Amino acid sequence: MPQYANIAVSILFDGLAYAMFLFIVSVGLSVTMGLMGFVNLAHGAFAMAGGYFVVSLTTQLGVPFVPALLISSVMIALISVVFERLLYTRLYKAGELDQVLLTIGLAFMAIATFTYFYGPIPKSVPLPSWLEGQVNLGFRAFPTYRAFLIGVGVFLIAVLWYTFERTNIGAKIRAAVDNRRMAQSVGINVDLLFTATFAVGSGLAALGGGLAIQLFGLNPSFAVVYLVLFLIVVAVGGLGSMKGTLVAALVLGVFDTAGKYLLPDAGGFFIYAITLLILLVKPAGLYGREQ
Amino acid sequence: MAESNKAMSPNMTPNVTSSASPAAPAGSTTVQAARARAMEFMANRHRFRAWELLPWLVAFAAFFIFPDRMTFGSQVLIMVLFALSLDLILGYAGIVTLGHAAFFGLGAYTVALGAARLDWNEPISGLFAAAIVAGLGGLISGWFLLRYRGLTLLMLTLATGIMLMELGNYRSDISGGYDGVPGISFKPLFGVFDYDLYGRTNYLYVLVVLFVIFLLVRRIVYSPFGQTLTGIRENVRRMHAIGSPVHTRLVTAYTIAAAIAGVAGALFAQTNSYATLTVFDFDTSAKVMVMLVLGGTGRLYGAFVGAVIYMVLEDHLSKMSPAFWQFGIGLLLVVTVLFLRRGILGLFEDVAAKLFTRKAKS
Amino acid sequence: MSQTMTEQAMSSSVATAFASAVPALEVRGVNKSFGALQVARDVNLTLERGARRALIGPNGAGKTSLVNLITGVLKPSSGQVLLGGEDITSWSSAKRARRGLARTFQINQLFRGLSVLENVCLAIGERRGESYNLWRPAGSKAAVIDEALDHLNSLRLVDDALRLVRELPYGRQRLVEIAIALAQRPKVLLLDEPAAGVPSSESHLILDVVASLDPDIAILIIEHDMDVVFRFAQSITVLVAGAVLTEGSPQEILADERVRAVYLGQEADRSHG
Repeated sequence: MPQYANIAVSILFDGLAYAMFLFIVSVGLSVTMGLMGFVNLAHGAFAMAGGYFVVSLTTQLGVPFVPALLISSVMIALISVVFERLLYTRLYKAGELDQVLLTIGLAFMAIATFTYFYGPIPKSVPLPSWLEGQVNLGFRAFPTYRAFLIGVGVFLIAVLWYTFERTNIGAKIRAAVDNRRMAQSVGINVDLLFTATFAVGSGLAALGGGLAIQLFGLNPSFAVVYLVLFLIVVAVGGLGSMKGTLVAALVLGVFDTAGKYLLPDAGGFFIYAITLLILLVKPAGLYGREQ
Repeated sequence: MAESNKAMSPNMTPNVTSSASPAAPAGSTTVQAARARAMEFMANRHRFRAWELLPWLVAFAAFFIFPDRMTFGSQVLIMVLFALSLDLILGYAGIVTLGHAAFFGLGAYTVALGAARLDWNEPISGLFAAAIVAGLGGLISGWFLLRYRGLTLLMLTLATGIMLMELGNYRSDISGGYDGVPGISFKPLFGVFDYDLYGRTNYLYVLVVLFVIFLLVRRIVYSPFGQTLTGIRENVRRMHAIGSPVHTRLVTAYTIAAAIAGVAGALFAQTNSYATLTVFDFDTSAKVMVMLVLGGTGRLYGAFVGAVIYMVLEDHLSKMSPAFWQFGIGLLLVVTVLFLRRGILGLFEDVAAKLFTRKAKS
Repeated sequence: MSQTMTEQAMSSSVATAFASAVPALEVRGVNKSFGALQVARDVNLTLERGARRALIGPNGAGKTSLVNLITGVLKPSSGQVLLGGEDITSWSSAKRARRGLARTFQINQLFRGLSVLENVCLAIGERRGESYNLWRPAGSKAAVIDEALDHLNSLRLVDDALRLVRELPYGRQRLVEIAIALAQRPKVLLLDEPAAGVPSSESHLILDVVASLDPDIAILIIEHDMDVVFRFAQSITVLVAGAVLTEGSPQEILADERVRAVYLGQEADRSHG
């Protein structure tokens, strides 16, 4: 295979794996923001916490990697409900400044707590042997873990798409994102719907956090460092749009990877420039509703 | 139809017309009194009060009480100035931005690069240069970004700040990257006052700059222009409806705030003789917002109270453990939002109001 | 001082402004839809100078949308809006307001944290073009305060001038809405249900105020209370499902079978809800 084609395939593959990570974490954020218009800067903290639960489950309790991912997601989903009911619910009608401050505060507290218990040094996670090494797809070999990540991402997209577009719950969510008051008036319990979506979204964030350890390592600042990317995916995709979140994750994932391959010095410059351009032209995001 | 004519209340109508007619009460005593009260009320809004001297007396006293902590003191005053610039747009105009650090960084890099690469190390002209560069940054980005609101604006301001940081990282041959701009030094103030080991000259320098800019901001806040900023915060739809060019007003305020943040950044680079890309960080933007909200937004002195408390707490707690400090600031934020929404100064006002009414009753 | 403002406002249409035949406000064939929902269908409406016209119609007929289209909060999909003969369709709402098109809102839109006096002074400051001043203390011009007090006096709000708007009862707040609109010295005034949400004991005051406004101002009032409409209006436009059903004098509207049918339907709806 010629050199440039080889590089292009690598960029696409790594970009796709990265995009799946972005999608898994961001989709919950997008739907909850679309439902309640709540700016949740603590979303990255749920992902970080999920990652640390996976680390503890695997290294201290000897739980295998994949079950650890699932257990961690469920735990975070349950914990997130407590936060939602106790704190978030008080600020649904408040301005975005209050929401920003509250959730930054929670993120800081989470970072401090996890630094205290796990230290600032990046953690890794033991992988089962079937996820290590390379997998040969006929024309060339790819890292197995990234292939696994892409597989998980595609599976989740299928499940979420089916739930969103084909089930009763999905129809209710779409109706509530579109017009909350109208949905309420036809008897949809938007509060309950929101709590449930929030839990699922936080659980997915935790799953993404667990999956990301192998890619980037895990330290407490994960909660803020990657938060910016999640927010960008949500804003570029359009609040409450699953399709938008997917497209934005793909665009940003592939462009960021390409930028880092081809112009390592420029770092993340490109995705921020692209974000600015897209939002200036389409302030509600690619698939967002114009106000 | 005849019926509806009758329905017109016979005693109300003449009343209204008589009081509405221009000739009627021009010289009457009640209107004269109302006029006097109104003039007094408006004049009271911007009159200097005795307690406003207090922060300056404290700042001046600190110079004599803590002679060996003047380096830290300068950093506190710089953050007061930075928070004050944010108050103009967040507290008065109600714009929520996550990228105010961009202007602090522009100011810091203007003087740092000027000194390191161009040998421009006269400090006061450096401040003006920083104000112009940061102000231009505010003018250009504000003109594009301030059309948007809500999450979009948050993201755009956030992305702008990070993009500047990435740009600095990309051209680290110029900026020095995360290691900072190397080898900066500045000429003595007015060519006379040299810098001492304890930072006393710096402290007075920063204090004077802060005082001058504070007077400026105070003037702006109480001007008709400042009133329209409050109007935009209170109800932007109404501002459109009374014919206010909202976008122009916001861009003007944003530019002024950016220029002041630039001066704060320049003072930071000058007093520390260094600048690194972390000044553009999201953390810097979050920090200044926390300070302002803690002290109280939209009341000028909130910046003083918030920045001092934040910096002193940080100084003490982070010596114990950085994680401890971060937890503390997080908790402080949560508590502020849930229970102290008007900040510490707001709390004082509420308490004072309560005491006052109790006194009046008894 | 009002003279200069008026001249300025007319400068771009000096020739036409003197011809009394030019209506103060004209809406020509305006259409607007949100997706499948059409809120304005080929709406034509004319306000002569000093007109007193009521806009009536069942809930959801598009009355407030029409006000938003006239004031530029919404942009029409097609059609034109003319102010004193000048095409203002592409203007921002702020520019329209500066040229003498004022409105009140169905739900109060006030500066709740400011005093009544400051609410009115803000509008006067914008009209007089003094709000760019960054240096002079606000409220130091006696002329502005005198004018504000004049407006407040005519609405019997002087005693509340120094109180915060949010501390006033809702009915008084509705009067502040009107005071702000008057402070704009409008040529055309759109009143969106000025007495909405006010107990009937207080609504009389508001409606008396409306009845006593400067006869030179062209007024369009949206109002549900038919007594008020027939008392105040010289002419009535009936809007149904975004389209003008009919227009005419109060007597003509009262006699119109179609209007009666629409309102009887409406009454039936209400008794269900």
